[in-house]
Amino acid sequence: MSVISIDKDVQALTLTFVAEFDASVERVWRLWEDPRQLERWWGPPTWPATFEQHDFVVGGWSRYHMTGPEGEKSRGWWTITAIDAPHRLEFDDGFAGEDGEPVDTMAPTHGTVSLEAVDGRTRMTVVSKFVDAEQLEQMAELGMEEGMRLAMGQIDAILAETR
Amino acid sequence: MVVGELDEADVDRIFHALADATRRDILTRVIRAEQSVSALARHYPMSFAAVQKHVAVLERAALVVKERRGREQVVHIDVTALRRAAELLDAYEQLWRHRARAMEQILAEDREGEQS
Repeated sequence: MSVISIDKDVQALTLTFVAEFDASVERVWRLWEDPRQLERWWGPPTWPATFEQHDFVVGGWSRYHMTGPEGEKSRGWWTITAIDAPHRLEFDDGFAGEDGEPVDTMAPTHGTVSLEAVDGRTRMTVVSKFVDAEQLEQMAELGMEEGMRLAMGQIDAILAETR
Repeated sequence: MVVGELDEADVDRIFHALADATRRDILTRVIRAEQSVSALARHYPMSFAAVQKHVAVLERAALVVKERRGREQVVHIDVTALRRAAELLDAYEQLWRHRARAMEQILAEDREGEQS
């Protein structure tokens, strides 16, 4: 795996993440499609994810929770807004309350995933769009930031890989 | 986590933005009080479009924010909010780096499975 580029647009509040994998497009697509695989990579290191529902069709809903180091749960949902298998996926990702239902006080993040074959590898581009800085702030408060701080420990290894 | 720090590209944009005397002057003016682009343009012997371009460079460096208010474009300083947003996007970047690495681990297990 190599991280090709990361582009942060502070004005537009988007993060564009591009990575390449030594696998086919169909194989990388299954990482998104299969909830048992998805939950192995979606949560931050100390907040593993469990997908209780993953209805992978346009208009379909997913329900998941992430379990923190103290056993606390952060609940979330997806709704799929576009699918063109195995090349394109768009979804909204938001936080949910105790009952698993979307919290309407927080806008969802919109994700656009593109997969394309490049020299026998798969290039994955993920564009994450936030509605406003406050939304980013709330995400950080909900325990994401701690998980990401811990993820920093792995960054050296990733950078070594991309050289 | 690099909260409180900016990445090199951000720093480059800031230094580039501040390297020009007109842009430093625009920044000084909007630090004092927000101003419309047309009010700013009256201070300089250049076209409205040229001033607008300078403002755009300052915007890209996240030093000012431009807002449309009615027929006017108002420029104001919003460093704190934008810097905070940059820091949070940095944090989100780390999350995606982690995710890509976890994806790679799953794919590597496939390859090991094929070999055995």
